[in-house]
Amino acid sequence: MASGVLAFAESVGGKLKKSAFEMASAGRKLAEGLGGPFSMFVIGAGPGEAAATLGRHGVTKVLTASDPALERYSSDGYSLALAAAAAVADPAILLLASSAMGKDLGPALAARLGCGIITDAVDFSVTGGKLAARRPVYAGKVRALAEPASCPVVLSLRPNIFEPAAENGGTAEVVPVAVDLSGDRIRAVVTAIMAPEVRKVDLTEADIIVSGGRGMKGPEHFHLVEDLAAALGGEVGASRAVVDAGWRPHAEQVGQTGKTVSPKLYVACGISGAIQHLAGMSSAKCIVAVNKDPEAPIFKVADYGIVGDVFEVLPALAKAIREKKGA
Amino acid sequence: MKILTLLKRVPDTAAKIRVAGDGKRIDPAGVEFVINPYDEIALEQALRVKEAGGGHSVAVLCLGTKDATKEIRTALAMGADEGILLIDGAGERDAAASAAALAAALSEVKPDLILCGWKAVDTDDGAVPHLLAARLGLPCVTLVTKFVLDGTALTLHREVEGAEEVVSVKLPAVVSVQKGLAEPRYTSLKGIMMAKKKTIAEKPGAAAEPKVRILALEPPPERKAGRIVGTGPEAVPALVKALSEEQKLI
Repeated sequence: MASGVLAFAESVGGKLKKSAFEMASAGRKLAEGLGGPFSMFVIGAGPGEAAATLGRHGVTKVLTASDPALERYSSDGYSLALAAAAAVADPAILLLASSAMGKDLGPALAARLGCGIITDAVDFSVTGGKLAARRPVYAGKVRALAEPASCPVVLSLRPNIFEPAAENGGTAEVVPVAVDLSGDRIRAVVTAIMAPEVRKVDLTEADIIVSGGRGMKGPEHFHLVEDLAAALGGEVGASRAVVDAGWRPHAEQVGQTGKTVSPKLYVACGISGAIQHLAGMSSAKCIVAVNKDPEAPIFKVADYGIVGDVFEVLPALAKAIREKKGA
Repeated sequence: MKILTLLKRVPDTAAKIRVAGDGKRIDPAGVEFVINPYDEIALEQALRVKEAGGGHSVAVLCLGTKDATKEIRTALAMGADEGILLIDGAGERDAAASAAALAAALSEVKPDLILCGWKAVDTDDGAVPHLLAARLGLPCVTLVTKFVLDGTALTLHREVEGAEEVVSVKLPAVVSVQKGLAEPRYTSLKGIMMAKKKTIAEKPGAAAEPKVRILALEPPPERKAGRIVGTGPEAVPALVKALSEEQKLI
């Protein structure tokens, strides 16, 4: 009988991602609520180190898989590996982060297991052994309270919402899992990865985002947004208007037809705050808006606002932040 | 080659969404409905493949109510050859139940290539492409931003964290698309006229048990009212102080 939780610990370049620790704490809490066991699953070369790290963060059992065919992510390879781990752990809930990878892996896993899926949840509860999860729909204009109608279920959690697990100095039992990746089981093959020189964090997982809108008046002025993002140690985002105008790449778009984000800090520069943009970023913990129009809707959701010209405010803000950090 | 694109009727992204009295649905009053923006990109890609020559046909498949005839007509006006509307009954549909109905219809159509948006902007699940592909026994590549077809070989670029993956896959396959792949065209007057002569086949959508149920829809938590810290660059020190002392962010 399926019970407890198996959570996928995502890693990049052999290192566990922050979301892995978020899944460690959320998964354990979920398993306690269900009254079942909790384990995590790691894919990649040298999983011993990752398992030890998770052990120090309170995870007592780590399933691992390593295979040359798993060196690069593929929907087929990773979902086969997770399905193999699920066959060992027999969980009621398969947990993963709704990251760039999770947005593909979660559905691929649910498809392989023929089970239900609740994606991108921001809150969950367990009452009488039954899971209920809240997830934004309509890009956050509404929230849905969803419950699984069958078992097991895949549950993906939005990054940056759940507190990462703290170190407690524990150790984890390591259980290798055999995955059959023979023949042509991986049908869609990754042949290359085109990465920029500086690897960017996906906006869905970024802690700090500085976004620019039409108020930046042209792509040639986005260096001001980039510089403020650099000063804060954050990533660059953009409104739909400037992406549609070709000023910025689509991967930077925040909003209903872009990324739905939940950073600790969101700085909106020259963004008026169209409803589809607000939907995509209003779950940020702290919102700062800089706009010359005091009536701009962005100020209705901002925690702090400066009414002013982005061309004057942004450089001054970047300079003040660098001074503050240097102090 | 038969190309099929999935189409969902969804509220326009500019629409304000209110929860209906039953607390389980949205209130459609005053909401304008459109083709799911990501499905529109998928259709555009399908039309470009067709127009590149080779005698391909493009069909659109929609699971929805009779109202979705309007969105299918728009797709036909854009250039799709035929429409199929699977009339959805009153039952609740999660991604799994939707994929079941779409798969049942497609097992007869047997397209060589299925294109769709990576998610619909209403339920925001993004699960149907994989669930459908699994039911049809096809490979699935999601979040595609570049599409090159050479015979039956597809070379696709897909968005991953901070980078792009290049993926090779053979047809038949399901491909879900991300923004940036192709800018959807506007409908022309000629297209609208021609669409009137094209057929929309209607059949009932196959019933399926949902694997996830929606208990309630709720408005999102309200944000506490913020404050304007000041005007112009003179307000910067006050903002930095607030971010540092109140928020502990710097």
